[in-house]
Amino acid sequence: MDGSDYRKDEREVPVMDAGYVTADGRQIGGTLMELKNITLRFGGVVAIKDISFDIHEGEIRAIIGPNGAGKSSMLNIISGFYTPSEGELWYRGAKRRPMKPYEVARDGVARTFQNIALFEGMSVLDNVMTGRLTQMKAGIASQALWWGKARDEEIANREVVEKVIDFLEIQAIRKTPVGRLPYGLKKRVELARALAAEPKVLLLDEPMAGMNVEEKEDMSRFILDVNDEFGTTIVLIEHDMGVVMDLSDRVVVMDYGKKIGDGPPDEVRQNQDVIDAYLGVAH
Amino acid sequence: MLYRTAGQFKTSYKADQALFPVRQDAVLLGVILILAWVVFPLMASEFTFQTLLIPILIYSLAALGLNLLTGYAGQLSLGTAAFMGVGAYACYKMITLMPWMNPLVAILLSGVFSAGVGVAFGIPSLRIKGFYLAIATLAAQFFLVWLFEKWGWLYNYNASGAIQVPNLEMFGVYVAGPQASSTVQYYVVLGIVTLLTIVCINLTRGTLGRTWKATRDMDIAAELIGINLMRSKLTAFAVSSYMVGVAGALFVFMWRGAAEPNLFDIPLSFRILFIAIIGGLGSIMGNYLGAILIVGLPVVLNTLPAAFGLPISPATVEHLNVMIVGALILFFLIIEPHGLARLWALIREKLIIWPFPH
Repeated sequence: MDGSDYRKDEREVPVMDAGYVTADGRQIGGTLMELKNITLRFGGVVAIKDISFDIHEGEIRAIIGPNGAGKSSMLNIISGFYTPSEGELWYRGAKRRPMKPYEVARDGVARTFQNIALFEGMSVLDNVMTGRLTQMKAGIASQALWWGKARDEEIANREVVEKVIDFLEIQAIRKTPVGRLPYGLKKRVELARALAAEPKVLLLDEPMAGMNVEEKEDMSRFILDVNDEFGTTIVLIEHDMGVVMDLSDRVVVMDYGKKIGDGPPDEVRQNQDVIDAYLGVAH
Repeated sequence: MLYRTAGQFKTSYKADQALFPVRQDAVLLGVILILAWVVFPLMASEFTFQTLLIPILIYSLAALGLNLLTGYAGQLSLGTAAFMGVGAYACYKMITLMPWMNPLVAILLSGVFSAGVGVAFGIPSLRIKGFYLAIATLAAQFFLVWLFEKWGWLYNYNASGAIQVPNLEMFGVYVAGPQASSTVQYYVVLGIVTLLTIVCINLTRGTLGRTWKATRDMDIAAELIGINLMRSKLTAFAVSSYMVGVAGALFVFMWRGAAEPNLFDIPLSFRILFIAIIGGLGSIMGNYLGAILIVGLPVVLNTLPAAFGLPISPATVEHLNVMIVGALILFFLIIEPHGLARLWALIREKLIIWPFPH
């Protein structure tokens, strides 16, 4: 099979409910999550207006848009922090009932935050271990005695956490209190905490905000590696257009709470509405 | 020189997660345990048992309980004394209703009652935080002390309104009441406090401890990584109130011998809060250091000037004590909010790299 066949497949198969092949030849799975006609209101303010898009298994999906477009609200809806005023969220083939954020997290959705939300009073190791809390089931008696199930769980989960720590190259700081770390490392620790949960979907809210070029390159590499090695589906919000266009397989563009574009980066780049939203338009 | 961690490598996660991964710490703890279990009881006089050893242990346990709630789970509470009262009254009722009951079992069970009451008064924490929660727990403080006073069944309709500890026997030895010897009571208190301290250390370094600390440091993030905040806060109230309740039962049964409702009034709550703050919020060892300081200070002030022949009246000692404790609290809140435990941690860090500055 040569390259032209890939392109042919892509055109023949409808994008919905089936996989597709990216421009660089990676096979993407079927629909993992689908947002249907989502509207979010805060009193009289409409933060998100009738947005629909889907997220395929294993893809890197970016959400971009100017400030105040509703990107973070969108992420908050996916992670269960906001309940949409209207619309449905389908996940793994079933409509998701209104859930508490911790239930969503237990359902395989992990996230990082725009403003770092680490637990400052704990060491890096403990912070990453909190990502495993949903997997730890030992009873209080076992924990109190540090015996049996609790101890076995501690060791087994520590192994998983150490793999993540190795992966993100933060071995040297594992016992450092998080409060002492510089900004770029904190971002990395936050990613580690999210990865430790072994999520199906990883939501990244501006993973590269405030970073210098080297830190951005490192972070981009980690995001691609996570996607590649663990097959994790990634939804990311990012302001750096170069990063978004390089990393993502498909992009949703939002402006004033509405969706103005959706598709592969190259396609979105040509979209007149998107250009207008970013560069402004003469009235 | 003596305190070096160099060369102590861990080859398994189990070894790395050991209670005292640094050899010197384990040795130090061993020395402290030998002192507490063997040396002190052999040397202590009746006065030392009653004014220092027993109260220090009991206050440490109460502060430890409060520290789990405030220092680890970040929920402020001003109702500690009332929860101690629940433990004490529960123990009293169990002992008088079921005289055949083993006193140790009764003391350990009394914590269960205060845990239940603690959870009930912890429910507001699901909605309110910080100062407002402190006020809600203050309600527990006033309500429960009122209840101890008004509900005659609690003190068996005693004319004095106080509870009196009867002589309690265990395996042929008196452990509580007027007949019990201080040495026996000291060992009972030490045994229970040692056991519960181990439990607290294990809980705080494991799953539950991480859940609590995550709730304390950033509750929104905690919820978004899968922590059920309601469970986290209520388990903190339950475990904390359990420890506090057991401390309350020990307070009356192993030390005071009798108690009136106003013993569990707000000054006791504050005293325990001071111990936790001076010792260090979010630390286990700090509670002991804080209790040694708060309980020991008046004794030192009483005996030292007299030993040097300085004429200081007991009233002056009382004033001095209040002033010094007040100044210490200010000092710690401003200079070292993490208390004596943090000072020890700093000394430890310096010792490891000594004689080099960094």
